[in-house]
Order: sequence, then C-alpha cells, then structure tokens
Amino acid sequence: MRDTVILLFGQTIQMFLVLLIAPGIAGITRRVKARFMRRQGAPIIQPYRDLIKLVRKESVVAQNASWLFRSAPYAILAFTWVAAALVPTFASGLMFNWAADALALVALLGAARALLALAGMDVGTSFGGIGSSREMMIATLAEPAMLLVLLTMALTAGTTRLPEVAEFLISAPITVRVSLALALVALIIVALAENARIPVDNPATHLELTMVHEAMVLEYSGRHLAMIEMAAQLKLVLYISLIVCLFLPFGMAPANAGPAAWPVGMAVYLVKLVLGAALLGAWEVSIAKMRVFRVGEFLGGAFVFAFLAILLAFVTREVLN
Amino acid sequence: MMTSVALVIGIPFVSAAVLVLVPGYRISAAGNVLAMFATFLAGVSLLFVDAGASSYFIIDDMNILFIILNTLVGFTTSVFSASYISHEIETGKLTPQFVRFYHAMFLGMMGAMNVALTANNIGLMWVGLELSTLITVVMVGIYRTPSAIEASWKYFILASVGISLAFFGTILIYLAGQKALGEGAPAMTWNLLQAAAPQLDVSLLNLAFVFLLIGYGTKVGLAPLHAWLPDAHSEGPTPISAVLSGLLLNVALYALLRFKMIVSAHPDAIQPGPIMIVMGLISLIFAAFMLYQRRDIKRLFAYSSIEHMGLITFAFGMGGPLANFAGLLHMAMHSLTKSAIFFAVGHVAQAKGTQRIAGIRGLSVTHPSLAIGLAVGVFAISGLPPFGVFMSEFLIITTTFARAPWLVIFPAFGLLVAFGALLWRLQELLFGEPTEPSHKVSASSVPLIIHLGLVLIAGIYLPPTLVGWFERAAELLK
Amino acid sequence: MNHAYDVSHLLAGLMIVASFALLYQDRIFAVLNIFAAQAILLSMAVGWEAWTQQRPHLFITAALALGLKGIIIPVALHKMIVRLGVHRDIDQVVGVGKTLLIGLALTSLSLMLVLKVTATAESFTREGLALALAIILLGFLMMITRRNAITQIVGFMSLENGLILAATGARGMPLVVEVSVAFSVLIALFVFAVFVFRIRERFDSVDIEALEDVRGDTK
Repeated sequence: MRDTVILLFGQTIQMFLVLLIAPGIAGITRRVKARFMRRQGAPIIQPYRDLIKLVRKESVVAQNASWLFRSAPYAILAFTWVAAALVPTFASGLMFNWAADALALVALLGAARALLALAGMDVGTSFGGIGSSREMMIATLAEPAMLLVLLTMALTAGTTRLPEVAEFLISAPITVRVSLALALVALIIVALAENARIPVDNPATHLELTMVHEAMVLEYSGRHLAMIEMAAQLKLVLYISLIVCLFLPFGMAPANAGPAAWPVGMAVYLVKLVLGAALLGAWEVSIAKMRVFRVGEFLGGAFVFAFLAILLAFVTREVLN
Repeated sequence: MMTSVALVIGIPFVSAAVLVLVPGYRISAAGNVLAMFATFLAGVSLLFVDAGASSYFIIDDMNILFIILNTLVGFTTSVFSASYISHEIETGKLTPQFVRFYHAMFLGMMGAMNVALTANNIGLMWVGLELSTLITVVMVGIYRTPSAIEASWKYFILASVGISLAFFGTILIYLAGQKALGEGAPAMTWNLLQAAAPQLDVSLLNLAFVFLLIGYGTKVGLAPLHAWLPDAHSEGPTPISAVLSGLLLNVALYALLRFKMIVSAHPDAIQPGPIMIVMGLISLIFAAFMLYQRRDIKRLFAYSSIEHMGLITFAFGMGGPLANFAGLLHMAMHSLTKSAIFFAVGHVAQAKGTQRIAGIRGLSVTHPSLAIGLAVGVFAISGLPPFGVFMSEFLIITTTFARAPWLVIFPAFGLLVAFGALLWRLQELLFGEPTEPSHKVSASSVPLIIHLGLVLIAGIYLPPTLVGWFERAAELLK
Repeated sequence: MNHAYDVSHLLAGLMIVASFALLYQDRIFAVLNIFAAQAILLSMAVGWEAWTQQRPHLFITAALALGLKGIIIPVALHKMIVRLGVHRDIDQVVGVGKTLLIGLALTSLSLMLVLKVTATAESFTREGLALALAIILLGFLMMITRRNAITQIVGFMSLENGLILAATGARGMPLVVEVSVAFSVLIALFVFAVFVFRIRERFDSVDIEALEDVRGDTK
C-alpha cells in the first residue's frame, strides 16, 4: 500500500514536472538561437509570460467554427500531457509504468495530431487546410520511421515498454551497436519533423508558403492558443525525454531504488533536457529550412535509417544467438 | 602432365610479352600465328599424357577436348586475323601501333582462356575468365569509334557484374566446402570438392550455384543477361567476334558445367537441370525471334550464337549420357562453324566495306567463292545435313523426345524459327542486284575451309576415338 | 558478445549505410567522397579481420583498399570530372525514393537469404556474408539506376567492396589477396577507359529495353 502511494506520488511529480519545465525548455532553445545570431534574445521565462498572457485574453472564435474547433485544444493538451507523463524521465518504475508502452505513445501522439489537423481544417480557411495537409504528409512519412525505431529498441531489449528498455540499456554491457546509432539518427530526424523544427518547419515563421504547424493554429487565440502552445512545448520535452531515455538512460533512478534516488535522477534529467534544448537551438541556427517538397526525401532518409537499424539489430540477434 | 599444361598456358603469355616488344605488324602477325601453332601442338600433346590433377591444374577427359578445340580455333583465327588485320591497316581503320597490341592481346586472351580451362582451383578458374574478358573488352573497343567504345563499355559493365556475382558464388562454394575439407586451399580445389560433394553444406551449395549460374551465365550470353553480346560482336574486329562466339562463350559454359558437376553430385542439392533447361529455352526462342529484325550482319550471327548457347545449355540441363554427349558435340560444332561464319563475314564486310545487310547484296555475282563459303557456313549452322551441327541437334532433339516428348516442342520450334530467319537473310545477301562498292578480297580463306571441312567430316563420320572422349566427358557430367 | 564481433559489425554496418548514402546522393563529388569513406571503412574492416584472425597477408588487401580506392581513385576521378567537364548532377533512371525502397528490399532479402542458408556457419562468416551480399546488390542497383559513366564505376567499385568484404569474411580462403589485386587492376582499367576515351556523357543503362535502339538495328 505504502509502495503504491509512493509510486503514485512519483508519477504525480513527473506529470507536473514536465508541465512545469516545458515552456522553460522552449525558452532555452529560443535563447540559444538568439545568442548564436548575436541577438540578446528574450529571457528564458518569456514563454511562461506568454502563456499567462494568452490565458487571460479573450478567445476569439470564427463564426462558422464547430464544437470540434473549441474542444480540440483541450483534447490535444490532454493527449500530449498523458504521453509526456508516460515516458520515463527521472525514474523508472513509476505508477504508470505498465502503460508506458512505445506503441501507446505513438497512438496518443497520433490522436493529438489528427485532432489538430481536423481543427486546422474546421474553420475552412485556406491556410488551415494547407497546414493540415502538409502536417498529414509529414506524419505519414514520420510515423513509420518512428515505429521502426521503437521496434528496433524493442528487438534489442526484448520489450516495447520504455522503462524496461531503459533499464535493459543501463544494465547491458557497453557495446558498439550500429543499429542503435542509426535508430538515434532516425529518431532525431523524426523528432525534428514532429516538433515542427528546422529544417522541416520553422516555429518562428508566419510566412505563408513555408509554415506547417503555424498555419494550422492560425485561427486560435486566447486560452485555446495557450493550450496548443503548451501542448507543442510538452511534445518537445517528450521527444527530448524519449531520445534521452532510449539512448542516454544513464543516471535515471532504477525501479527498485525508491524515492531516495529521485533527486539525483531529477537533477541528471534536467541537465540532459537543458543540453538537448541547447543543442536543438544550435542545430536550428546552423541549417536552412528545406523546401516542402524535399521534406519527403529528408524523412525518407529517416525511414531508411530506421529500417537499416532494425535489419542490423535483427542480424545481430540472429547471429549471436 | 604439368609440362604440357605449362606449355599450353606459358607459350601464349610469353609470346604475348615478346610481341609487345616487336616492332612491325607483319612480324608480330607471323609471331602470333607461330605461337598459336605451338600452343595448338602443346594442346594436342595433352592427348599423350596421363590425366591427373595438381592443386592448381587438372587434366581430365572433360577439359582436354575444350583445350584442343580452343587452341585449334585460336590457331586458325590467328591465321585469319593476320590477313584480316593487315587489310584493316591498309584501309586505315587501325594504326600499326594498335596492331602490335592487338596480336599481343590476342595471345594473352588465349592464354587466359587456357588458364580457365586447365584450372583445378576454382579461384584460378575465375581469374582466367576475368582476364580473358578484360582483354576482349579492350579489343572490342579497338576501333575507337563512338559506337565501339559504347559497346565495349556496355560489355565491360555487364561482364564485370557477371564476374562479380560469379566470384560471390565462388566464395559460397568455398564456404560450402569448408566444413568437409577444412580451411584453406583444398576447399577451393575442384576435384576434391567434386569427390567430397555429398558432404558439402547443401544450402550454401544451392545458393552458390544460383550465383554462379547468373554470373557465368552472363558470360555465356544466356537471356536475359545477353545484352552485351550483340554489341560486342558487331563493334569489335571480326577475328575477335569469331573468338568471342567460338571460344569465350564455351569457356564460360565450361566453368558453369564444372560447378554443375559438383552440385549434381550432391544428393539433396537443387537440380540444376530444370533451371538450365528454362534458361536455355528462353535464350533459344528469344534469340531465334530476334534474328528476324537484324540489319547488321555481325549482330545477326551474334544472336545466332545466343540461340546456340541456349540450345547447348538446354542439352546439359536435360542431362544423361546422350544429351550431354550431344551438348558437348554441339559446343564443338558450333564453335567451329560459328568462327568459320565470322571468317566469311569478315571477308564480306571487307569486300563490301559495310556490315549492314542492306549494303550487301548479290554476293553470288561479285564474290562467288565467298558466297559459297558463307552459304555453306549458314547451312551448317542452321542444322542442315550432312554437317556436324545437324548431328548434334538431331541427337538433342531425339534424346529429348525419348525422355520428355512434350518438351521437344520448344527447342524444335526455336530451331525452325531461327532456320527460317537465317535462310531468309542468306538469300538477301547472296542474290539480288549487286551493291557498290565491291573490293577484291585478300584475306586468307584457309581457316574457313579447315573449319567447314572439319564440321562436314564430323557430320559424316565421327572417329571412334573422338566419340570415346565425348562419351567419357558426358559420363563425367552425368 | 565480444569486441572482435562488435568492431566488424560496426564497420560492415557503416559500409551498408555508405551504400545507401551513395544511392541517395545526387551530386557527383559527394558520391566520390562517400565512396572514399566506404573504401576506408572496408580497409579498416579487412585490417581488423587480418589482426583478429592472424592473417597478416590480408593487410595487403587492406592497404590496397585504403590507398587505391580510398585515396587515389577518388582523387583521380575528381580531377577527371573537373577536366572533362562532366555533368555534376547525376541522371537517375529511377527516382531516389523508389531506389531507396528497392535498396531496402534488396538488403532485407539478402539478410534473410544468407542468414537462413548459413544457419550452421560461424557468426563472423554469416554476418560478413549477409552484409556483403547486401552491399553487392546495392552496388548493382546503383549501376542500374544511374546513367553517368562515373557513377557506374563508383557503383561497381562499391559492389567490389562488398565482394572483398565477403572474401575476407570467409575464414582461411586462399587467393583473397590475389583476387583483390586482380579487381584493383580491373578498376584501374575502368578509370583509365573513362580517361582515355573521354566518356563524358551518359551511357544507356544496363536496362535491356534501352539496348535495342542503340545503333545499327533500328533503321
């Protein structure tokens, strides 16, 4: 009984932790980008202020918007939040561990994406339509790659449950595995695409021809926009956590260590997140956005990498057993 | 045994090295003829030594025939090319420097083919085939016209791919033999592999055979891997076309047969027969139809070579003493006849200054003796009696009929189609209003007469000793 | 799990990645660089094999791969492209996406095939052979889908990298060094041919459909 309470407590910490740090992580990325461009940049807490401001403002909704348009932000935020709570962050073996399945994660994110695309089309403006269609194109290319990456991990670790994968990787002897490196590259490409980052999309642009994510949410304002922004920031945290959990799980508190190991795990986790956000900023400054037509090739590359990763993982398994 | 083998391989290579240094194309042409004659004598001397095998070379009933055939056709072709090439110099198509290399490369190619034929080590066999291919690639492009370069490039690419796949197959054979014969050279030695065939790893052996079939099959010219063959034949000098059709295809098929022997000695391995039957029939029928559309005389006979290699592959696919006998006989007959035809075609092309069939009309009026030579050659290759090709084709058809009557439709159909095409083209060449220009032919017609004479004799009377060899080789093939 | 296996797996795996990169690239200099990288990986793989299996003569093959294919040929081709004014963009018969998908299918096929067929062999051989076959088929694919003479050479050389990998993976196989030398001669001839004959523009692919209308037979 006591254990359950502790685990529930830990899970609650994680849920609010990700929610709390998500805008900060986005702030760090923006700040790093600004600094690389020799600009002062907004302070790291700027995204918090933005969110608070948006929540206070009135939400303007188009006249012909349906219930879907109004309810979508809540659902999107909910789906994303749950997904972010599932990924092991500072400790494994928390309350929702049984549900922290890689496939569940993909399904939750897929649902959120589908809702967003529907909402984008709901009002009937041309931008929303373009954004939604591009978003779905990216999704159809990114999701298979994502699934393959997760399957590679599953093939290596023998399970699709993320905490167990992480534990396996911590405990397994250190070996050089091309398949994992390839999966990492593929996952990073997918993460860039899914989070609407450069070179697939530019989060800072409102240029008609190039925007994808921003085009979909153009009609939102006030608290609706705040929720969508929040969801996007959560998604970024989620992906960084996922990459860190799968490829750099070291420092995570093991399942049986109890709450005493949590503070250390949390500190390590935060350091990894901040590093990830800073790297993302540096990456975005150093590369140009692609034309939308080239996105297919870029994500196709991710698919090829992921496929090769799973093939090589298969070879290793086959040959060594 | 080793002395003869050393001579068969050594004479061409050493003389090639010498000929590169000799200035003057007349001397080098004479040297080429002389060296090839010596090689032929060395080949014949193999008849008088005991069969045997060392770790690198082997002489048995199977390859002795091929070696003698190879050196004989090599010798006659060298006689032909001596006169042919000097004509090319006179017309300015080739420069004397190129001819120096031409004769040296010819000898090098013959030496490499002899290496492939005498090799007991499957790696060495591969090296011999690769080397001979490379040299023919250079020779196909020797005229340096855009189309010649393109033909040799295409040949280069396809042959290299074939050769790479064959090498992969060779590696697989080695791995298949590794368990039974241990690491190192024994697992690459053909006679040991053959003896230990039932202990080889069966799945590796199967995979290896598929690769070897595709790899060496490319060089045999089996459809759909034949694409290089018509180009290479039509763009190179005619003596090279004669050697390509008459010898190189045979050597590649010989290599394939060696591997077939290993595979069929394993009780559980795939049956090479049906695969070879199918590939052979596809090539035969495909090439027979392609004959109708040819407008270039050398391409016409190149397709005819594809057709005959298909028929031979079909015969070996059928297997059994009689079909194998017929296949071997057909290889020999085709080799002699086809090179004779190319000799005649070379004369024709020089007489008319073109290879286009439309530009060659009325040969019977302008060059009666040449017309007769060509006609006899085409009759022989179409399988008309009393030539040797008729006999081997007859044997193939009858043995097929005895064992799988319904199957006989395909080769018979293909042969008839090809027969019609060849005769149709022949009458176009021989009759009609003679076309200009019309030069006198200076090249020697002795090789042509020797070849066709041999084919005629073989068709009428095959000496029992020869039959004995063919039978023993067919027996080895099972 | 041991380091000998890990390193050879790593190198062979990276060679496959390089093969895919070759298929993906459409700029000729990038293709040369990737090929050089693949050759260097090959020489490392062969060198590693020579070291772990105590077959010092394999170092010759490794050195050959490094010197000739890793450095000399890419540099020579680079100069040749500049001098002959070859098109820098590569003409593709089949689109990149399709090519990559076919490549993946070929890779899966060769892995499944070899792993199934060699079930009884030792792990080194199996893995080396499986990945080598994939590299061979990918090289083949590159030769078919590219029309430029230089990329066809690169495709062939990459195919040959796979062959050398397979040959060194087969334990104790004699003649590997000799064969690698023979292949080097062949490749040198290829390069020589391009240079001497100034093969500049496209050649028709090995696609048989295209061959009939080349010359002589059409009119």
